[in-house]
Amino acid sequence: MKRSLFVVAPVLFAAAMTSLAGCGGTSSPSSSETTGSVPKSTVSSSGGSQLTGAGATFPYPVYSKWFDAYHQKHPELQVNYQSIGSGGGIQQLKARTVDFGASDAPLSDKEAAEMPAAVVHLPTVAGAVALTYNLPNVTGKLRLTPEAVAAIFLGNAKKWNDPLIASANAGVSLPDTAIAVAHRSDGSGTSYIFTNYLAAVSPEWKQKVGAGKSVDWPVGLGGKGNEGVAGVVKQTPGGIGYVELAYAIQNKLQYALVKNSSGTFIEPSVASTTAAAKGAGNALKKDVRTAIVNAPGADAYPISGFTYLLLYKEQPDATKGKQMLELFEWAIHDGQTMAADLYYAPLPKEVVALNESMLASIQSAGQPLLPSQAKQGAGSQP
Amino acid sequence: MGGNQATQWRRVRRAQNLFMLGLCWLAALLAMLPLMLVLYHIGKTGMASVNLEFFTHLPKPVGESGGGMRPGIVGSLIIVGIASLAGLPVGILGGIYLAEFPNHRVGGWVRFAADVLSGVPSIVLGVVAYTLLVVPMKRFSALAGGMALGLIMIPIVLRTTEEMIRLVPSSLREASLALGIPRWRTALGIVLPAARAGIVTGVLLSAARVMGETAPLLFTALGNNFFSLDIDRPMASMPVQIYSYAISPYEDWHRMAWAGALVLVGIIAVFSLLARYATRDRLGYRS
Amino acid sequence: MSALETSPERIAAAPRRFTGIGDTLFLRITQLFALVVLGVVILTVCTTAFKAMPAVRAFGFRFFTSTTWDPVADKFGAWPFLWGTIYSSLIGLVLAVPVGVATAIFLAELAPRQLRGPVSFLIELLAAVPSVVYGLWGVLVMVPWLRDNVEAPLSTRFGSVPIFAGAPFGVSVLAAGVILAIMILPIVTAVTRDVIAAVPREQREASFGLGSTRWEAIWNAVVPFGRVGIFGGIVLALGRAIGETMAVTMVIGNRPEASVSLLNPAYSLAAVLANEFSEATGALHQAALQEITLVLFGLTFLVNGLARWLVWSVTRKAGGRR
Repeated sequence: MKRSLFVVAPVLFAAAMTSLAGCGGTSSPSSSETTGSVPKSTVSSSGGSQLTGAGATFPYPVYSKWFDAYHQKHPELQVNYQSIGSGGGIQQLKARTVDFGASDAPLSDKEAAEMPAAVVHLPTVAGAVALTYNLPNVTGKLRLTPEAVAAIFLGNAKKWNDPLIASANAGVSLPDTAIAVAHRSDGSGTSYIFTNYLAAVSPEWKQKVGAGKSVDWPVGLGGKGNEGVAGVVKQTPGGIGYVELAYAIQNKLQYALVKNSSGTFIEPSVASTTAAAKGAGNALKKDVRTAIVNAPGADAYPISGFTYLLLYKEQPDATKGKQMLELFEWAIHDGQTMAADLYYAPLPKEVVALNESMLASIQSAGQPLLPSQAKQGAGSQP
Repeated sequence: MGGNQATQWRRVRRAQNLFMLGLCWLAALLAMLPLMLVLYHIGKTGMASVNLEFFTHLPKPVGESGGGMRPGIVGSLIIVGIASLAGLPVGILGGIYLAEFPNHRVGGWVRFAADVLSGVPSIVLGVVAYTLLVVPMKRFSALAGGMALGLIMIPIVLRTTEEMIRLVPSSLREASLALGIPRWRTALGIVLPAARAGIVTGVLLSAARVMGETAPLLFTALGNNFFSLDIDRPMASMPVQIYSYAISPYEDWHRMAWAGALVLVGIIAVFSLLARYATRDRLGYRS
Repeated sequence: MSALETSPERIAAAPRRFTGIGDTLFLRITQLFALVVLGVVILTVCTTAFKAMPAVRAFGFRFFTSTTWDPVADKFGAWPFLWGTIYSSLIGLVLAVPVGVATAIFLAELAPRQLRGPVSFLIELLAAVPSVVYGLWGVLVMVPWLRDNVEAPLSTRFGSVPIFAGAPFGVSVLAAGVILAIMILPIVTAVTRDVIAAVPREQREASFGLGSTRWEAIWNAVVPFGRVGIFGGIVLALGRAIGETMAVTMVIGNRPEASVSLLNPAYSLAAVLANEFSEATGALHQAALQEITLVLFGLTFLVNGLARWLVWSVTRKAGGRR
C-alpha cells in the first residue's frame, strides 16, 4: 500500500494540474468549446484550429495584440506567433514548419530563389528603430548625429563624453564612462533596418561591416530578440542599443533624437514614422521591398522600416490559407488603429491598396482564395 | 636548545591545522551559500507572484501586465509525459538486458553508448531532434520536444534499472529457475517486481531532471501563447517561458519568471522527494 | 558488496534454460531496445557530420583557428566560441575545485554525524536546480552585484593589467565562470567525498601514529591516496561545464571575440547554438552551426571519456566491480 503511493502520487499530481488547467481560467475560450466543433481541415484535439507563425520581434508588441484581439472576435482560431527573430521567420517558412513568417528584412533575390516556392511580402505596419540608452544621470533626450551613431557602433567612440556625441549635446554633462553597445545575437530584421541606415550614412560602416540580418559587429554585447537588446540596455548602465520604439517606451527606457537627412533632430514617434512611410507608396508598388531609411522630409525619422508578413503565393491548405487571408485583411484595415496605440505607424493608403491586390493573388490549387475584388495589377513581388 | 624549536614548530603546525580545518568549515558554508541565495530570491519574488491567476490564465499581449503561465505549466507536464513514454521502454528494457545478460559483448557497447549519451549536452540532442523530426514533419511539435527529452532520460533510467536488478538477491532468481519457470518469466515476473521501487526512483529522478531542460525545447516544441493539448503542434513549456521572460526588459515578465522558477523548482522537488521516499523502502536490501 | 547482491558471474552461471520461444523473444526484444541506445549515439554523430560537411569542405582546419563569424560574408570561424567555452569552464574549475574539495573534506572527515546528511543533501540540491533558473538568478541578481562589487573595483584599480582590461558591464566571461562554478560544485564535492571516504583507514591511522595533526593526515596521507579519483571528478565537472547552455548564454554577453580579459563579454559553443540555430538562413551558416554541434559533441565525448577512464582505473585498483 505504502509503496504504491509514490506511483499514485505523481499521477494524481499530474491529474490535478491538468484538471486545474482544464477548468477555470476566464481568459481561455478554448475551454468553452470542448465538444462539437465544426470539423476543420486541421485535426486538432483542442477543438479549434491553430495557425503557427514565427519571426520578427520588431512588430511583436502589435502582432501579439492583434492576434489576441482577433482571437476574441473569432474564438475558433488561435494564432500562435513566436517571436524568434526575422531570420528565424524566413528560415522556418523555408522549411515549411510554420504557416506564415514575419520579417522586417525582405527576402533578397538570392534568398527568394532559395525558397521552395514564390513568397508574397505583405507590409503590415511601419516602425521606428529607436536608439535607446541607459544614462541615469542624464535628463532630457540625447541628440545623435549619424556620424556619432556610426562611431559608437563601430567602436570608434568608446566613451559617452566623446566629442562626436558631446558636440551635438551642448549643455548636457555626459559622463566619462564606457559605452556598452548592445546588438542582436540572432538574425534580425531590426538589425537589417539599422545596418542599412548605417551603411547609408557611413562609408566606413558600409565598407567594414555592411548591412544584413546578422553582421560581424565590431563591438558590443549580444541580446536575443528586441526583448534581449532592451533587456541588456536596461540592465547595463552606460548601455546603448537599437530597438523598436514600443520596447523603449513600454519599459520607460531613454531614447535619442536622431538627425535626419534634412538636418533636423527628430524624435522617433508615430508621427515621424508615418512621415517616413508617407511617400513610399509608389516605390513599394515597384518593389515592395524598398527600404525607407533616411527618408526625405523634414519630419521623417531616419531609422524607420516596414515590417512584412511572409506567406507562400500557392497555399497548400485551402482552409488554412483562407483563414490567414481573412486574418491579414483584418490586420491591414481594422488592426491599423491598434498599431498607433502601440507606437507603430499605420500603413499609408496606397500600401493598403497594394496589399489588397496581393492578397487577392494568393491561391490554393490554382484558385484564388479570397472572393475576387476588382483591383488592378498586383505590385511587383520578387 | 632543540626543544624550543620543536615546540615552536609544533605550535606552527597546530595553528596551520586549525586554520586549514577552519577553511574547510568555511568552504562548506560557502558551498551552501549560492543555493540559499537562489532559493531566497525565488521564494521572495516568486511567492508574491504565484496566485491562482498564474496557474489559470494565458499570457497577456506584450506590454500588458498580468496573465499567467498556464500553457507552460501544463505543457511541461505533457512534454515530460511524452518523454517518459519514449524513454522508459528503451531505458527499462535495455537495463533488463544489461542485467540479465551481463556477459554479452554487445552489453559493453550499450553501456559505453549510455555513458556517452549521458554526457552529451542537451542542446546537441535538440539539434538532432530538429534535423530528424521537426524538418521532415514540417512543424514544431510537443512530440519532437518530448522525443528530444526522452533521449536525455534514457541513460539515467538504463543505469538505474540495471543497478536495481543487480541488487535483487540471486537466491530469488535461482529459486524461481529451480521451480522450472522459464528465464523470461523469472526476469519479468519475479526479479523485475522486486526491483520495482528502485526503477521507479530512476524514472522519477530522470523526469525531475528533464522537467528543467530548456535548450532542446527551443527548436523542437518552440512555444505557444495559447493553451493546447495537441502534441502535434508547438507547445509552451515552463523553462522556455522563464528564459524568454528573464532576458526581456519587462518588469512584469521578470516577476512571472520568478514565479515560474518557483513552480518549476517545486515540481522538481516533489519528484525528487518521491524518489527518495521510494528508496527508503529498499533499505533492507542495501549493502 | 553484500552476499545477497547478485554478481554478474552468478547471473551468468544461472542455468540457461532457454525453453523455446519465450526466452528467445525475451533476449531479442530486450537486446533490441538496448541497441537503440547505441543507435541513437551513432545517429547523432552521423546526422551532425553529414549536415556539417559543407562547412568542413569550405573551411577545413581553419574553422578552428579563424576568429571571423560573419554571416553576411559567409565566413565562419569557431575559435571565439572554443576560447569562451574553455576559458569560462576553467574559471569555473578554479573557483569550484578548492571549495568543492574543502567541502568534501569537511563532509568526509570533519562534520559531526548529524550535519553530514543535511549538508550533503543541500549540496546535492544545487545539482537539481535547472540551468535556466540559475540563468534567471544570474542575469537579474548576480550579474549586477558582480558588476558593482567585483568588476568595477577590479577595473578601476587594475584596469591596466590585460586580464582585467575592458569596461565592467557585468555580463562577461567571469560571470559565466562564476555561474558554472556554482553548477559544477556538487559534482566535485560528491566525487571527492566518496573518494576520500573510500580511502582505507590505515592511511589516517599510520599518519596519526607518526604524530601528524588532523589536517596533515588529511592533506598528506588521505587526499594524495585518492588523487586519481579526485582528478576524475574534476574532469567530470569540466565535461559538465563545457556543455552548459542556458545559464551561460544569459550571463556571458554573447560576443564572438576571444580576449584574455575576465571582464570582457564572450561566447560559448552551446550559447551560439541556442541563439542562432533556429534562424540561420544561409546554407553555409547552417552547416557551420552543425559543425559546432559536432565539435561540442566531440569535446564532451573526449572529456567525459577521460573522466570515465580515470574513475575506472581507480575502481579497478580498489577492486570494485565494473
